[in-house]
Amino acid sequence: MLTILFDGVAYGMLLFILAVGLAVTMGLMNFINLAHGAFAMAGGYITVLLMQRMGVPFLVCLPLAFLGAALMGALLERTLYRPMYNKPHLDQVLFSIGLVFMAVASVDYFLGSSQQNIHLPVWLKGRTEIGSDPFMLGMGHYRLFIIAVCAALTVALQYVLTKTRFGSRLRASVDDQRVAAGLGINVNLVFLSTFAVGSGLAGLGGALGAEVLGLDPTFPLKFMVYFLIVVAVGGTSSITGPLLAALLLGIADVAGKYYIPKLGAFIVYSLMIAILIWRPQGLFVRKAGK
Amino acid sequence: MKRRQFTAAALAAATFAAALPALAQDNTFKIGLILPMTGQQASTGRQIEAAARLYMAQNGDTVAGKKIQLIVKDDTSLPDTTRRLAQELVVNDKVNVLAGFGITPSALATAPIATQSKTPLVVMAAATSSITEASPYIVRTSFTLPQVSVALADWAPKNGIKKVVSLVSDYGPGIDAEKFFKDRLIFNGGQVTEALRVPMRNPDFAPFLQKVRDSKPDALFVFVPSGAGAAVMKQFLERGLDKAGIKLIATGDVTDDDQLNDMGDGALGVVSSHHYSAAHPSATNKKFVEAFGKANKGMRPNFMAVGGYDGMRVIYEALRTAKTTGKATPSGDALLAAMKGQIFESPRGPIFIDAQTRDVVQNVYLRKVERKDGQLYNVEFDVIKDVKDPGKTR
Repeated sequence: MLTILFDGVAYGMLLFILAVGLAVTMGLMNFINLAHGAFAMAGGYITVLLMQRMGVPFLVCLPLAFLGAALMGALLERTLYRPMYNKPHLDQVLFSIGLVFMAVASVDYFLGSSQQNIHLPVWLKGRTEIGSDPFMLGMGHYRLFIIAVCAALTVALQYVLTKTRFGSRLRASVDDQRVAAGLGINVNLVFLSTFAVGSGLAGLGGALGAEVLGLDPTFPLKFMVYFLIVVAVGGTSSITGPLLAALLLGIADVAGKYYIPKLGAFIVYSLMIAILIWRPQGLFVRKAGK
Repeated sequence: MKRRQFTAAALAAATFAAALPALAQDNTFKIGLILPMTGQQASTGRQIEAAARLYMAQNGDTVAGKKIQLIVKDDTSLPDTTRRLAQELVVNDKVNVLAGFGITPSALATAPIATQSKTPLVVMAAATSSITEASPYIVRTSFTLPQVSVALADWAPKNGIKKVVSLVSDYGPGIDAEKFFKDRLIFNGGQVTEALRVPMRNPDFAPFLQKVRDSKPDALFVFVPSGAGAAVMKQFLERGLDKAGIKLIATGDVTDDDQLNDMGDGALGVVSSHHYSAAHPSATNKKFVEAFGKANKGMRPNFMAVGGYDGMRVIYEALRTAKTTGKATPSGDALLAAMKGQIFESPRGPIFIDAQTRDVVQNVYLRKVERKDGQLYNVEFDVIKDVKDPGKTR
């Protein structure tokens, strides 16, 4: 029982880190980026390749996965994404889904289509169990690690967005680009760095998730639906919305598969439909907005 | 008058031109090999193609005066593509035999083409029991899931495993494995307390394995397609199912030779049942593994490779022995008749193509993952001889 809750939280946290970048680009920059999962996949593959081919330790790989994906995000933002900001949403969707297919095909071509395996360090492999049977809580160390990392990142993100100068610049640029630019804010730079950080977080999520979710070239397609559910249910106006949505989704998914395995895959979608009928704007949306 | 002559000449020329390729064709024997060379199942295609080419390199490309030509097509595991490619191969390239077929739906989609064109179709990979019933022209050299699942259900109760939870991927072969394992285990006095089906696109095995742990069976029986095996094994250990006294038993797809080394020490001790292991202790197999590695940069052949290798052997032998008039290429029916009932020593052990069902009859081995010379192998420790596909005995 408690174990299921714990697994659900870990899964939800992972989904949150993977999807938060998407929430930021969609909510703040008003851009629908379906290729978000491709950056997550990039992070995953960076980790796998570094560990397998060069023997880099796991903990060093994580920041590298973040940096690699962020760099890629920055590069693509500058070259491909920026001209798309003012296009209609349909163009954006078609453009980014095209990117996904290209990413899937090229990873398949260069690295093969098989599942990649990560060998975790020994200290992350164990499991701690507390309490006795009906209320036993079994915690995999790796899942504990995921929760800790993701919680730290959430706090940091929330702080940056609400308390720092960069955060207010970002919000200003989103609200009205022209006025923000008139006030001397370099809007392009703000968007560039936001996009890069969002991609980097996805990359980190991909690296952390490779062990739990698996990693193969179809990763961006497999998880696109989950990202979109998180964003749709959570709303895009804050960090807490997607966080709670991801946790809800994670717990519902894990518990559903445990208690009603026959319906396993449906639970998440039914939940989403119910929530969206009840609150079409998403669960945690503030009034007003744009 | 003139015009009539011209027409006659043109007609004669046309007939001659039409006859030319037919003449040229008499000396080639074409095998259309349709495999997933890209996409999720690409490793299947890679293994089978390498094995087919190895067989040709070892046995020459001329059989009974015919030059063998191998035409490889990539169907990316999409059944409609498989069907289209098969049609092109039969109509345009006029292939004598169709072969390959990585997944069950591909083989089923192509079956009507084999029937209509009377072209023998050699299934080298797909393993759902019912495939050979889809067309009287289908011959299989791989294996069937009931075949290997039943062997495991025979072994388990003799080794103190009575209560089992099964966990399979929710598609054709998975349901075959679940059903036949369960029936045989009950027959042998065991019981399946829970039958879990995992969606094909399942991101996380954790909740399913937690459920297994809480229901405390003697063992967990697993079938998942080869790529997903590593994830199951890892989470099996992470969840401490081994410490809770639950054994992991599986079909050999889970401990696929192609990926076993990447799975790490977590795979050690897993018991599986299958028809082929790269560590099979026979002279034929040692030679096969060595030659396969030499030709493919040290790649290890898996059960897909052996299916392809034996498939080529069946085709070669059929061409050699098929009844035919003079030097003409034997017809599809003659080839089919010559494929039925072949008995030979394969790298996996002795095998036999059952003339009635056109399915393969073979030994099924019980293996345990062990470390040998620094590498992980499925080491065979028991054998159930001459297993016929139980899906056909009804």
